[in-house]
Amino acid sequence: MNIKDLPDEDYFTPGHTACAGCAAPAIVRNMMKIFGKDTIVYTPANCLLVFSGTYPHLAWKVPYLHEAFENTGACISGIARAYKKKGRKVIALGIAGDGGTYDIGIQALSGAAERNEDAIYVCYDNEAYMNTGIQRSGATPYGAATTTTPAGKKILGKLEHKKDMAEIMRAHEIPYVATLSISHPKDFLEKVKKAKETEGFRYLHVLSPCPTGWRFDPSKTIEIARKAVDSGMWTLYEAEYGEITKIYKPKKKIPVAEYIKGQGRFRHFTEEMIEELQRWVDRKWKRLYGEEP
Amino acid sequence: MQVKFYSGNIACAEGAIAAGCRFFAGYPITPSSEIAEHMALRLPQVGGIFIQMEDELASMAAILGASWGGAKAMTATSGPGFSLMQENIGLGAMTETPCVVVNVQRAGPSTGMPTLVGQADVMQARWGSHGDYEIIALSPSSPQECFDLTIRAFNLAEEYRVPVIVLMDESVSHMFEKVIIPPKEKIRIVNRKKPRVPPDEFLPYKADDFIPPMACAGEGYSVHVTGLTHDEKGYPQATSPEVQERLVRRLCDKIRKNERKMRDIEEYEMEDAEIAIVSFGTTARSAKAAVKFARKKGYKVGLIRLKTIWPFPDEYFESLDGIKKFLVVEVNYGQIKLEVERNVGKNRVELLPKMGGEIHTPEEIYKKIREVLQWK
Repeated sequence: MNIKDLPDEDYFTPGHTACAGCAAPAIVRNMMKIFGKDTIVYTPANCLLVFSGTYPHLAWKVPYLHEAFENTGACISGIARAYKKKGRKVIALGIAGDGGTYDIGIQALSGAAERNEDAIYVCYDNEAYMNTGIQRSGATPYGAATTTTPAGKKILGKLEHKKDMAEIMRAHEIPYVATLSISHPKDFLEKVKKAKETEGFRYLHVLSPCPTGWRFDPSKTIEIARKAVDSGMWTLYEAEYGEITKIYKPKKKIPVAEYIKGQGRFRHFTEEMIEELQRWVDRKWKRLYGEEP
Repeated sequence: MQVKFYSGNIACAEGAIAAGCRFFAGYPITPSSEIAEHMALRLPQVGGIFIQMEDELASMAAILGASWGGAKAMTATSGPGFSLMQENIGLGAMTETPCVVVNVQRAGPSTGMPTLVGQADVMQARWGSHGDYEIIALSPSSPQECFDLTIRAFNLAEEYRVPVIVLMDESVSHMFEKVIIPPKEKIRIVNRKKPRVPPDEFLPYKADDFIPPMACAGEGYSVHVTGLTHDEKGYPQATSPEVQERLVRRLCDKIRKNERKMRDIEEYEMEDAEIAIVSFGTTARSAKAAVKFARKKGYKVGLIRLKTIWPFPDEYFESLDGIKKFLVVEVNYGQIKLEVERNVGKNRVELLPKMGGEIHTPEEIYKKIREVLQWK
C-alpha cells in the first residue's frame, strides 16, 4: 500500500482548528481514508476533540462520540459489542492522546485488551497534555520541559523516562500492536490496513510531533518525526499475539543530540542529560534489535 | 507586607504555601491547571514536593497518604476531576485526614464548558461521596480571598481533621487583581493536635471534644488507619452497629456542632434590609453592585455573601426574621436556594439562576430585585 493507492474520499475533512504543523490531522485523515465510512469514532478529552469535534469546526464525516477522559477502552468495548449484537460490521475506533492512554486511560484500555474486544485503539502520542497547556505525561521523554516539569535551577525538566506503552500493550498478547510514524507513510498505511483487516483488539501507537508543545518550527514536523525514528527515540515495529513480526530499522542511527536540536523543550539540556537520554535509547535499541547500537 | 498582582489560581497556590502546604499531587484540568503549574514551580523552591499523578483518583489518594506522612497536602481540580475524587474524599472524611481540595468550578454536567464559569458543584461538595459525613467548603470572591481562604482551609482541615474544599469558580480563578500578602508572622497557622499521652495509652480515634489527636506512623504511636467502620483503637469493627453509630455521629457532629466557629459571612447593607440577596463566589460581586445601585434608588436591599458554604449557617438564616424575601443568585439551577428554603421557608425565597458560562450582570440582578419588590 502506498500514498497513491489511497482513496480520494475523506472522512476527516479540512476546516478544523489544529495548530500549524500539528501532526494529528495528518495521522487521523490518512487513517480514516483506510478505515472508511463504516467507522464510529470515539475520543476522550484531547486536542483532536477540541480542534475537530466542536461546532462549527467539525471535521468528521462519520459518527463521532466524545465522552470522559478515562474511558476510551471501555466505551469502544460497548460500541463494538452493541453493533456485533445488531449484526452490523462497523469499526469501533477509539482515538486518544498520550495522557488519555498512558495515564488516566490505561485501566480501561488494559481491560478492553484483556477481553480482546473487537475494536481499534489509536494512541496519538504528542508526549504531554497539550490540550490543557503542556503538562507532563507518562509519555513525556526524560528531561523535557513542560509546565509541570519546568526547567529551573533546582530541577531541569522531567526526571523520569518515557513509559513504553506499546510494549505494555504487546504484553497483553492481543492480535495486533503496531507503532507508526507519519515520516514513514508506506509503513504507516500498511499497518493501518493490517489493523483494519485483523479481528479482535488492535492497538496503534503513532508519534505525533507537536510544534506548540515541543517548541519547534511548524515546518519541521515530518523532519522531526523522521529524526525520532532515525535516532531510536521512536521505534517502528509490529507484533501479533505478543510476538514481534516486523521491525523497521533505520539505515543509519543518528545520536539523540541531533534529534533534540531545534526543539525548545530540550533547550536546557546539559551534556550529562544528553548522555542519560542516549543511554535510554541504547537500552531500548538493544532490546528491540538484539544488538549493540 | 507584599503587594502582588495575582490571578485567583496563583493566589490560591501561594496561599497554600503560606499555610505550610509542602505536598501537592494533581492532574491537569482546565481551569485549575495553573495551580498545579505554579506548585510545580514553587514547591521545589521551598523544599516541598510536587507530583503530577496519573489521574484524579490518584491525586486525591496521594494527598491522603502525604497527610498521614505528616505533610500539609493539597490537590486542585475542576468538575470532572472532582467527580473522580469523590470516593477518596469520603475515605478522607472517614479516616479524618486533614487535606485541602481545590475545585475550580466550570459549567457542567460532564465535560460541559471547560473554560467557562459554573457554580453547580455546591451540592456535590457536600454530598459527593457515599455515606453520611460532613465536610467544610469555602468560597472566595476575589484573588485576595483565594489567598486568604486557602490558608483558612488548611487551618480548618488541621483543626477538624477533615478534607476542606475550596470551591472556587472559573471567573475568580482567572481574574487578576491586587493581592496583599501579609508578613509571615501575621499569618495565623493551625497545626493538627498531637497526642499528649504515652504511646501505650494512646487510642487513635478517641476524641474528648469530637476531634481526636493525630499521630503519624513513625512517631512511636500505634497507627491503624482504615476506611472500614472503626472503633477508638482504629481497628475495624465492620459488623458492629454500635460502633458505626458512635463513629458516624461523631464525624458529622464535629462539624455540625462547631458550625458557629466556622461561620464566615459578609453582610452588606443588611441593617435595615427588607430583601436580602444571598450569593457567593464571583457572582456575589455582581450582586454587590446591584445592591449599591438599588440602595441609590432607595430600595432596602442587602447582601449576604457566604464565604463558608458548608457547614451551612442554619441558625444564622433562622434568625433573620426581618427579611421579607431572600433572593438567591447563583450560577446553577438552585442549589444554595434549597438550603435557604430549608431554613426560612419556601414562600420567602426567590431564585435568580444561571446555567453557567457567564456570571450574572448587576443589571440582571437589579431587574430581579425590582420584580421581587413588586411581589412582596
